[in-house]
Amino acid sequence: MPSFVIDEKCDGCKGGDKTACMYICPNDLMVLDPNAMKAYNQEPDQCWECFSCVKICPTQAIEVRGYADFVPLGSSIMPMMGTEDVMWTCKFRNGTLKRFKFPIRTTPEGAANAYEDLKGKDLESHLLFTQEAEGVQLPKPKKTA
Amino acid sequence: MALPNKPLGELKAVRDPEVEEREVDILIVGGGMAACGTAFEINKWKKDGQSVLLVDKAAMERSGAVAQGLSAINTYIGDNTPDDYVRMVRNDLMGLVREDLIFDLGNYVDDSVHLFEEWGLPIWKKTDDGKNLDGKKGLKLGTLKSGAKPVRTGKWQIMINGESYKRIVAEAAKKALGEDNILERVFIVELLLDANVPNQVAGAVGFSVRENKVFIIKCKTMMVACGGAVNIYQPRSVGEGKGRAWYPVWNAGSTYTMCMKVGAELTMMENRFTPARFKDGYGPVGAWFLLFKAKALNGLGENYAAGDVAKKELERYAPYGTAAITPTCLRNHLMLFEMKEGRGPIQMDTVTALAELGKTMDKKELKHLESEAWEDFLDMTCGQANLWCAQNCEPEKKNSEIMPTEPYLLGSHSGCCGLWVSGPDLDWVPDSYKIKARNGKIYKQMTTVEGLFTSGDGVGGSGHKFSSGSHAEGRIAAKQMVRFAADFSDYKPALKQSKDELVDMIYKPVRVYLDNCEYTTDEDINPNYIKPNGMMYRMMKATHEYGAGTATYYQTSSKSLEVVMDLLQTMREDCEKMAAGDLHELMRAWEIYHRIWTVEAHLRHIQFRKETRYPGFYYQADFPGQDDKNWFCFVNSKYNPEKAQWDIFKKDYVKIIP
Repeated sequence: MPSFVIDEKCDGCKGGDKTACMYICPNDLMVLDPNAMKAYNQEPDQCWECFSCVKICPTQAIEVRGYADFVPLGSSIMPMMGTEDVMWTCKFRNGTLKRFKFPIRTTPEGAANAYEDLKGKDLESHLLFTQEAEGVQLPKPKKTA
Repeated sequence: MALPNKPLGELKAVRDPEVEEREVDILIVGGGMAACGTAFEINKWKKDGQSVLLVDKAAMERSGAVAQGLSAINTYIGDNTPDDYVRMVRNDLMGLVREDLIFDLGNYVDDSVHLFEEWGLPIWKKTDDGKNLDGKKGLKLGTLKSGAKPVRTGKWQIMINGESYKRIVAEAAKKALGEDNILERVFIVELLLDANVPNQVAGAVGFSVRENKVFIIKCKTMMVACGGAVNIYQPRSVGEGKGRAWYPVWNAGSTYTMCMKVGAELTMMENRFTPARFKDGYGPVGAWFLLFKAKALNGLGENYAAGDVAKKELERYAPYGTAAITPTCLRNHLMLFEMKEGRGPIQMDTVTALAELGKTMDKKELKHLESEAWEDFLDMTCGQANLWCAQNCEPEKKNSEIMPTEPYLLGSHSGCCGLWVSGPDLDWVPDSYKIKARNGKIYKQMTTVEGLFTSGDGVGGSGHKFSSGSHAEGRIAAKQMVRFAADFSDYKPALKQSKDELVDMIYKPVRVYLDNCEYTTDEDINPNYIKPNGMMYRMMKATHEYGAGTATYYQTSSKSLEVVMDLLQTMREDCEKMAAGDLHELMRAWEIYHRIWTVEAHLRHIQFRKETRYPGFYYQADFPGQDDKNWFCFVNSKYNPEKAQWDIFKKDYVKIIP
């Protein structure tokens, strides 16, 4: 499904100005019921199972149940996000468990260099600013037809 | 669901929304890889006093096609040449591509990949003795830029640990552009032409999906890069599973529709992509074929693609079919042939592939291999990993079925539909590929509407850009837009429509709903309107049955096309009666409207091209086979917004690279 929210674990992000799942869902599916202070997936058949809400939820209240059309019951996959790695726990229908750890980034969050101070010079050239700074020469086709 | 029996939609729509009017020099519509490239590059060129605004329907941190992550970067030139890159793309797309755009992109794409790595994207490395290291362990070998070797799967692809790919790229983009210049959760739905200057884009209009507010944004120039089109055909899974589209389910053809509606010329809209993927879960097959060297077997256990029948069939499509790498559509064609002959289902032989690889590996290496296979799914198609778990499928013990999906429209993957844009202003680029603005200058990636640019899935005739190429294209467009805005610094955008007219147009579905919803006891069933959900099913059924959907093994005919064009015309009329009770539904209403226009353009092009250029992607039964004599050319089309008329015509292909 579609992502689903475990009632007991969801605290509606404590009424903060940003409900995490609602902030992140690329398809605008997660909404907060302001009275119950609980989130839910308002359109499960448009869920891409991208796990963005699962990964961002601060209380691990969101999981995914496979699409009813073709996924047998009883399995689950669950990510645990770290700053450098993601740890996946994959549970098979027959109980088999597999765990995998993969790197997700090699720099601290927020460290991406946006080159805020660098300015390009020649607006009429065909170079990107990084290429201009390095003095790149763009090749032409080796031969033309 | 945690909260049963709740009415759908927490954010009720009201009759009269607030209106926010803005004016900027440069507007970026979209927030995916291409738009992130633009956001990153643009301030480096921006003149003092120029203003930029980026508007994304979702949150940039996880929007667009890379939201979930990716396990590979499919375009990295490295030791190859842009010339060979053109040859590869040309062959995969059956000869008809914009070689100027592809060659040019080949000069920029690696620069973006090098930035991704610098920002923190883990890229696998090959050791001197031929072992694969993941992106973290591989750090010790240095960066690609410093000469470290990537792990190639094919000639052009490199493996990454890409779970956070989009977050990393968006982080740099947001920092570079500045949070104050970004609007998230605002869906731009229509572009606006200038009231005085003919054929010049002057702004765009959209609405917030978080509050009742319409945005009217004037600009001198803009880029529209909102991805391709998904769910324009009935998907193979029709319940919850229709969310498991191969391409992102939120891509609604907005790029093509918004641009065509202001008169921008489209190209190759007949081209589509129906990827063969693991059945239902739509997990990627690339690593299985290329990295693990798995074979596809038919229902009889035969490696059909290596058989004599297949070879003979491929010869019919020489030189493309007989090239070293079989074009994607022809691989589908062979698979469909087996299925139609009753020799399905098709299986990916993961068992044999892993056993073969295991012969030369120790236990630790085998464990690593297993992990690589799972990561391929977990990085980009989590649902496929869950499907394997649910089916008790361990790939070393059990094979998995593969199948071609429903059709998708896109310009950045193995497809090339999109907008006709200007090539670069270079001497080796033919004049027919250059679009001149009214000042006589040429701006790369500008469409035939002045000031309107596109990137990524929007650029037609040049597939195989993928994530990295889309980012690079976004960066190129950034520089060109700054140049355009500077060259036309005196231009003052003026809109044709009044503020009220624009609000009436954007909020029409809300008003239709409010005017009629009390008439019946169930708000979804009302003779005075149709909900977007109903309209979606209507469009899917029509295209599925008549427009070469999966129902007919992707076959259509001249008569079927007549029928579906008629159905789409009626749908466009009924769109006037679409109803939306909340902001989420208003978004869906505009999305389905965009999808209908886009799929109509697709079918109009198929109708015009009287041959079957892409067997395996679609078949025109009245014109089977390729007809190079008459159809070795692009098909372009143009909608005239003044007259509400379509024009469709041939456009010459020019071979640049021998």
